[in-house]
Amino acid sequence: MITREHYDHDLRRLVSDVLSLGEVVGSAVQESVRQFRREDRAGAARLVAGDARINAHRLRVESEAVTLIATQQPVARDMRLLAAILDIAGELERVGDYAKGIAKITLAADGMARPPEILALMDAMCARSIEMLDDVLDAFADGDARLARSIIPRDDAVDALYKQVFAAVLKLPSGDPQAIEHANYVLCVAHNLERTADRCTNVAERVIFAATGERPAFEAVS
Amino acid sequence: MAVSIAAQMVTRRVDAPAAEDLALEMRGVNIYYGDFRAVADVTLPIARHEITALIGPSGCGKSTVLRAFNRMNDLIPTARLDGQVLYHGHNIYAPDVDAVEVRRRIGMVFQKPNPFPKSIRDNVAWGARINGYKGSLDELVEASLRQAALWDEVKDKLGDSGLSLSGGQQQRLCIARTIAVRPEIILMDEPCSALDPIATLKIEELMQQLKSLYTIVIVTHNMQQAARASDFTAFFNMGEARYGYLVEYGPTNDLFTNPKDPRTEDYITGRFG
Repeated sequence: MITREHYDHDLRRLVSDVLSLGEVVGSAVQESVRQFRREDRAGAARLVAGDARINAHRLRVESEAVTLIATQQPVARDMRLLAAILDIAGELERVGDYAKGIAKITLAADGMARPPEILALMDAMCARSIEMLDDVLDAFADGDARLARSIIPRDDAVDALYKQVFAAVLKLPSGDPQAIEHANYVLCVAHNLERTADRCTNVAERVIFAATGERPAFEAVS
Repeated sequence: MAVSIAAQMVTRRVDAPAAEDLALEMRGVNIYYGDFRAVADVTLPIARHEITALIGPSGCGKSTVLRAFNRMNDLIPTARLDGQVLYHGHNIYAPDVDAVEVRRRIGMVFQKPNPFPKSIRDNVAWGARINGYKGSLDELVEASLRQAALWDEVKDKLGDSGLSLSGGQQQRLCIARTIAVRPEIILMDEPCSALDPIATLKIEELMQQLKSLYTIVIVTHNMQQAARASDFTAFFNMGEARYGYLVEYGPTNDLFTNPKDPRTEDYITGRFG
């Protein structure tokens, strides 16, 4: 007879719920960028409304993790995993907020010109951020600290793309009265994508902690 | 004094199962040993096909309450009960009720494993034989031992004495013995107190498997076990006059994450005295 089978089943189900939250917010970010490109205001409105479901999903994950901590006396790897899940659920929910933020800009930037060069940079930022998200979710699913560690430096490339967006914005025509407003919209979209990559590095750090007990961010500081 | 007793006896019951989902129900039960009131005014539902844990400090009456569910207290000459214990809507303390039949349908497993000084096979078969079981005893023995997750460990030595088994195995043998007479409900009075941690976890895992077939009520002084293994928890405390009373009852997950009563919070967080 295998002991704690039901507890293990509950843990696996919780991990699965976190993964599905990750997939949902990743899809939301990709869709929000597509909507911005196509000026899809109806889609953007739906995405904004859908953020409530992401929040509810996060709260469900948190509630289940708290229940397992309270009732199953987890220690060692189990405890680290549950502690990490509490953080990771919050990080993923913030990624969902970034998607919502981009959708709100789509709603506000009605009729705004979308220079191809800037759209291409945004697409690149989105692609790299989502690749980081996909990989960190795989690392979380497998408890793969090595994969998680490899994700952290990839944030530099997204930061570099953000700087390119900034430089491109500075070159935009400035005589138009709405120029500053439009520049802000572009920078906000890029900022949300840059923050998405940041959140992925935070998740990676939690995955490393869950798998090994190490805290790379704190070790770097000390 | 009356006010403080009433205040002590307020029971917070939330998310109680619906009436049609109950296997047992205690209503307004007081239990006395002679003139001493041991348990005061307990109203407690027991959900069908769930595990309900009774927790609380020593002397709070939880074992007395458990034994009241199948009239085991009848065996104590000075014990008496008022109120109702309903099984399928019938009060098991009604004068026309056969207490032996009650105990067949509502079986009990005790703290110290107590297999009969008989073979493993006869431990399981004896109760069924006494109750006039007409089918194949061999099949019944195998089915009961399988349900108790013991078959693989004893199938080649059914003729050996039940006392030759380890403590954890003996307890699972006692569970198999209880199952063999086809109860609906299994009461467990601190079934793991005498067992090591691994044997304890095996019993807890077995309970999860058994609840699909039976309703289980368990008394445990190990609140972590109640948290791990039960679906509903009833917290009992001891009043000033040393009677036991029900403080709070609810889904285990709720009670251990956000208890409604400060007395429950104090107890489960280990803040005694």
